Amino acid sequence: MKPHRRKKLGIIIFITLGLSAAVGLTLYALKQNINMFFTPTQVAEGKVPDGQHFRIGGMVKDGSIAREEDSLSVNFVTTDFVSEVPIHYVGILPDLFREGQGIVAEGRVDSSGVFQASKVLAKHDENYMSPEVKAALDAAGTGAQGVMPSEGYKPGY
Amino acid sequence: MLPELGHFALILALCLCLLLGTFPLYGAANGNARFMGLARPLVAGIFVFIGFAYVLLTYSFAIDDFSVTYIQQHSNSLLPFRYKLTAVWGGHEGSFLLWTFMLAGWMLAVAIFSRSMPLEFVARVLGVLGLLSVGYLLFMLATSNPFDRIVPLPPADGADLNSALQDFGFIVHPPTLYMGYVGFSVVFAFAMAALLSGRLDAAWARWCRPWANVAWAILTIGIALGSWWAYYELGWGGWWAWDPVENPPLITWLFGTALIHSLAVTEKRGIFKSWTVMLAILAFAGSLLGTFITRSGLLTSVHAFATDPERGVFILAILTLSVGGALLLFALRAPLLRGRFGFGILSREMLLLVNNLILVVSAASVFLGTLFPMVYQALTDDLISIGPPYFNAIFVPLMALLALVLGVGPISRWKKTSGRYLFTQLLWVGVISLGLGIVLPLAITLEFGFGPTITIALALWILLSAVRDIKNKVANKKTLSAGLASLPLSYYGMQIAHLGVAIMVVGAALTSVYSTEKSVLLSPGERMSLGGYAFEFVGAKPITGPNFRGMEATLDVYRGDEFLRELHPERRLYLASGTPSTEMAIDAGFWRDLFVTLGEEKGAASWSMTIHVKPFVRWVWLGAIFMCLGGVVAAGDKRYRRALEKLADKKQSVAVPSTGSAEVVPR
Repeated sequence: MKPHRRKKLGIIIFITLGLSAAVGLTLYALKQNINMFFTPTQVAEGKVPDGQHFRIGGMVKDGSIAREEDSLSVNFVTTDFVSEVPIHYVGILPDLFREGQGIVAEGRVDSSGVFQASKVLAKHDENYMSPEVKAALDAAGTGAQGVMPSEGYKPGY
Repeated sequence: MLPELGHFALILALCLCLLLGTFPLYGAANGNARFMGLARPLVAGIFVFIGFAYVLLTYSFAIDDFSVTYIQQHSNSLLPFRYKLTAVWGGHEGSFLLWTFMLAGWMLAVAIFSRSMPLEFVARVLGVLGLLSVGYLLFMLATSNPFDRIVPLPPADGADLNSALQDFGFIVHPPTLYMGYVGFSVVFAFAMAALLSGRLDAAWARWCRPWANVAWAILTIGIALGSWWAYYELGWGGWWAWDPVENPPLITWLFGTALIHSLAVTEKRGIFKSWTVMLAILAFAGSLLGTFITRSGLLTSVHAFATDPERGVFILAILTLSVGGALLLFALRAPLLRGRFGFGILSREMLLLVNNLILVVSAASVFLGTLFPMVYQALTDDLISIGPPYFNAIFVPLMALLALVLGVGPISRWKKTSGRYLFTQLLWVGVISLGLGIVLPLAITLEFGFGPTITIALALWILLSAVRDIKNKVANKKTLSAGLASLPLSYYGMQIAHLGVAIMVVGAALTSVYSTEKSVLLSPGERMSLGGYAFEFVGAKPITGPNFRGMEATLDVYRGDEFLRELHPERRLYLASGTPSTEMAIDAGFWRDLFVTLGEEKGAASWSMTIHVKPFVRWVWLGAIFMCLGGVVAAGDKRYRRALEKLADKKQSVAVPSTGSAEVVPR
C-alpha cells in the first residue's frame, strides 16, 4: 500500500470508529430519555407500567379545577370523554390553562392513582390543539365533538 | 383592489422566476452570453414584484383591510401600529411571503455584489436560486395565498394577532432568522453552480466564503434573538428548550459552522472539496427542514402554525426535489472534485476535520432526537417525546470536546505541525487555564464543582491560546501596532467569533449550574429571599393598555439590606381574542438576571409568583453577538474582493509556476 493510501485508510478508520461510537452513545442516550405518551383511557386500563414517568394528554374536565387558597397546589381532572385521570400539581399553571382546554402533563401516577405532574403544558393558542391531545381524543372516538375545531386558525409562532 | 394587485405581482414574479430558472442556466451550459446576461435584470424584476406584493400586504394591514382573510385572522383595529406592520409575518401565509421576499433580496445582493465573478458562474448561481423561487412561489400561490379575500361579506374587525407575539422579539426575531436561513440557499446555489460547471477551486471558495460567513452570522444572531425572546416572554426561566422547532435552525447552524470551516480548508489548501459541497447541501436541507416542521404540523411545538396537510406534502415535495436533485448532481459530479490528499496526522487540516466531525455528529444527533418521535409514531403508533436530558447528554460533552480542539486549531500549522511545537506553545496556556478553572469557582462560591471548573478552564483555554497565537503573529514585527495592523480582517473575524464561543460556553454552562428559582405565594408585605436577594411583595393594581386589561404587581428587591429596585410583573388579558398572558419583570445585569413571573390571585390579595436568580445568563447572547460580529468582520476581508483580478493575473502568467498554496492540481 502506498503511504498516502495508508494514511487515507487510517483516517477513514478513525472516522468510522468515531462515528460508530457517537451513534452508539446517541442511541443509548435516546433510549434513556424517551417519554411515552398515554391517554386517560390507556391509564385507566392499566397500560402504564407502575412508577413509570410519562406524559398524559386530554382536556381539562369542566368544573374539576380545585385550587388551594394558601398554597400553590392545584387538583384537576383530565379526560378524553371516556376515562378520567385526577392530576395534582404544585406550581404556577400556564396562561392558557383552563377548563375545556387541551393540556399535556408530565409526571407519574402515585399509589393512590393520582397523577403527580412535574410539568403542565397548555398551548399558546386557544384554537390550536396539540397533536398528542388530538390523538388521545381520536383514540377515544370523541375527537369529533363540538369542542374541538378541526383546524386551528391562529398559529402560535 | 390592492390585494388583487399583490396577487398579480406574485404571478408576474413567478413568470420571471421561470425565465430565470431556464435561460441563464441554458446560456451557461452553451456559452450563450446573451442568455447569461438576462440573469441580473430578471433578478431585479423579481425583487421588484415580490417586494411590491410584500409592501401591498403591509399596507393592507396598516389600513385594516379585514376583507383579506389573512389580515382578518392576524390583526385587529386596536392592534398597536408597529404590530400591524409586523403582523405580516404573524402567520403562515405572510411569513412565507417574507421568506420568499428575503430570498429575492439575497438574489439581488448576489446580482449586485458579484462583479468579481465570471458571468457564467453568476448566471448559474442566480438560475439555481430562480428555480428555488419557482418552487416557493408555486407553493404560495397554490396553497397559501396571503391575498385571499373573504367573500361576500367582509367582517367588521379582525381576530387579533396572537398575544404571545405582541412583543419586540416578534419584530426582530423572525426576519433575522429567515434572512440567515435563506442565506444558506445562496451558499447552496454556489455549490450547485460549482457542480454544474465542474469547477471548484480556491477561487470558488473565495467567492463563496463571504456569503457563507454573512449568512452564518445572521443566522447566529437570529437564533440568539429567538432564544432571548423565549427567555423573557415565555417565562419558564430557560433560554433553550430543545423544542422541535428550535432544533432545525440549530441543525442548520451546526452544518453552517462546519461549512465555514471546511471552506477555509478548501480555499487555503484546495482539499475537502466534495465535503464542502456536501455541507452546503446539508445546511440548505436543514433550513428547508425547519420550514417543513413549522408548517406541516407534524411535531408538537410552541411554534407550530395552524396546519393543513396539503401544505406539508407540498413542502416535502420542494425539499425532496431540491435536495434530491442536489444529491444526484453531487453523485454525478463529485468525482471531478478530487483534491490532493496531503496532510499530516497532526496539522490544521486534521484539526479542522475533527471540528467538522464533531459539528456534523452534533447536528446529526439533534436531528435524530427531533425526528425520532415522528418515526417512532409511524412505526409503532405510540406517541413519545424526547426531552432535554437526551440533548444535553449528547450535546454538552461534544461541545466541550469542540472547545478543546478550538484552542489548538488556530495555533497549529497547515500540512504538518510537530507535537513538540504545540506542546511548547500550549503548555502554559493549559496549566493556567486549568489552574484558574479550579481556583476561580472555588474562591467565589467556596464549593468545588466539576462543571464550573471544566467550563472556566475551557473558556480560558480558548482565550489564552488566541492571545498566544496573536503574540506569535506579531512577534517579528517592529511594533505591536504594526504587527496588529498587518493581520488580515479574516483573522480578526475568526478570533472574535472564537472569543464569542468562549463567552457563550461560560454563559450556557454557569447559568445552568448556578441558577435558582422558587414558586411562592406572597401576601402584601411578605418577603422571600433567594440567591442573596430579598423580594418584598408590595401589592397589585389593575392596569389598562390599548388592547388589553390586566393586573400589575410591585415587588421591592433588596440585596442584603440595601434597596435595589422595583419590579413590575404583569398579567394581561387581551380583549379581542380573550387570551391571557403574563409579562415577566426582569432586572438584567452583566453578572446575573433577576426575574419574576406573576401567577394568579388567591384569596386575601395574595399572589402566586415564580422568582428566578440566573447568574451569567446574558453571556449566552453576548457570545452570540461576538460570533455574529466575527462572521461579518471576516466577510469584509479585502482578499474576497480581489478574486477576479487575481484570476486575470493568473491567466497571463501561466508559464510562471504559482507559489500560492491555493493552487490545486486535480489528479
